[in-house]
Amino acid sequence: MKRALNLILPLLLAIAVLGFWEWIVTARHIPPYVLPAPGAIAAALAGNFGSLMASLLTTLTVTMEGFIAALVAGAALAILFSQSRLAERALYPYAVILQVTPIVAIAPLILIWVGFEHINLALTLIAALVAFFPILSNTALGLKSADQNLLELMHLYGASRWQILWRLQFPTALPYLLGAMKIAGGLSLIGAVVAEFVAGSGTATGLAWRIVESGNRLEIAMLFAALALLASLGIAIFAVLSLLEWALLKNWHESALSQRN
Amino acid sequence: MIRAGGVTKTFAGGTIALDNLDFTIAPGEFVTLLGPSGCGKSTALRLIANLIQPNSGTITFDGPAPAIGFVFQEPTLMPWARAIENVRLPLDLQSVPHAQGNSSAAQALARLGLSGFEQSYPRELSGGMKMRVSLARALVARPKLLLLDEPFAALDEAARFALNDDLIALAKQDGITVIFVTHSLAEAAYLSDRVLVMTPRPGKVAADIALAQPATRNAAWRVTPGFAALQAQIALSQGGAE
Ligand SMILES: Nc1ncnc2c1ncn2[C@@H]1O[C@H](COP(=O)(O)OP(=O)(O)OP(=O)(O)O)[C@@H](O)[C@H]1O
Ligand SMILES: [Mg+2]
Repeated sequence: MKRALNLILPLLLAIAVLGFWEWIVTARHIPPYVLPAPGAIAAALAGNFGSLMASLLTTLTVTMEGFIAALVAGAALAILFSQSRLAERALYPYAVILQVTPIVAIAPLILIWVGFEHINLALTLIAALVAFFPILSNTALGLKSADQNLLELMHLYGASRWQILWRLQFPTALPYLLGAMKIAGGLSLIGAVVAEFVAGSGTATGLAWRIVESGNRLEIAMLFAALALLASLGIAIFAVLSLLEWALLKNWHESALSQRN
Repeated sequence: MIRAGGVTKTFAGGTIALDNLDFTIAPGEFVTLLGPSGCGKSTALRLIANLIQPNSGTITFDGPAPAIGFVFQEPTLMPWARAIENVRLPLDLQSVPHAQGNSSAAQALARLGLSGFEQSYPRELSGGMKMRVSLARALVARPKLLLLDEPFAALDEAARFALNDDLIALAKQDGITVIFVTHSLAEAAYLSDRVLVMTPRPGKVAADIALAQPATRNAAWRVTPGFAALQAQIALSQGGAE
């Protein structure tokens, strides 16, 4: 019942808002280049379905590749930090600098360095850079959060550092990592969009570029259609990562338990 | 034989936890460390387990250090692992083959009355059951020395009494030397062959009391004058220590 409400309430709200939107646009004769009606947006979506899907796929690919690169690099560096205080002290400040520098400001530089002939690599790199830091910092924190008594128990039984890493630190860090992945998934989409905006005409073909293009041509219905797809993509990424989190933690972690009864 | 000679432990920050701790413990003995909070009981156990080093003094064994089992005040189980996986941990760390580890772990759980709960996660178990899993884990690798740091302090009386009896039986069966830490005078009187009463911080041994335990201990024993006499014996020397 509660679950059903969770689904039905937002759906009812959406129908109400869309209905009001359709009504106000028709009733007030708002021109389509200012605010197109939902029906017009749906028509734009249907009419350009093939090309919009191709753009969606482009953006999705950049997002996923960036996300996976960030995941691998962030987790690997976090493991390095957990094994070597020296490496952590030497490298952490640079990770922070990378994090605090606005990505929009570095994006043009990355595009130039990687080169417009490898445009997808450049876009992926930008998406990865945005998503990297939450993975690194949360995983590093998680690896450090192992229960002290369990750690002593491991030492008592002569565990090697790899046994400790694999059997104790990694499972302890898993909820932290999964939480970071949900944030990083959204961030890598933002990174992909920013990268497409910066890359500009002729090179990028993803959803973000379709938005820029439709804006320039005053095809606002098309702009909304692309925007709706982009939002759906973000929601889908979040949903998949939440599902993954639930599947991996459902048996033991407090966060998953509270949702059960 | 375990010998502590002049063991002193000072922590960073200057807390002197133990000052000149001396004792000997014979094989198969059940010895309780009894003392007020902060007198260094946990520190003594961690020193014996070689998890920390003394500032001075030595702890020696006859021959190489024995296999040790350790039980903490909390069950200290891995929440992501099933009961049997938790119990198997010491064997896994020693690279015991999986099948063999599983059967040893199942056997250890059975000895603690937890047959049928092998596949349960810690959160599915009661406090007393979790402590039983913890005890099974400590026993699974066949230790010669069992160190218990106020293991039953968080349990209700019924669970504590049941675990007291199981502990006595298991230690006797396996011929294990036990060092047991507690605040509770009654628990010390019920379990121990010997009680080492410690002074408040910095801890040292104030009294070393041998207790004459009856052949069988059970719930009925707890209400006899004999048991009351054992408690009085500890209480008197405790009074003398302070
Ligand atoms: N890692 C540590 N760093 C600094 N001080 C410590 C550390 N461990 C223990 N101490 C100090 O040493 C003293 C003895 O601590 P210990 O834990 O051995 O006491 P205890 O007898 O086990 O007490 P309790 O019955 O409350 O568990 C305390 O004053 C404590 O603050
Ligand atoms: Mg203690």
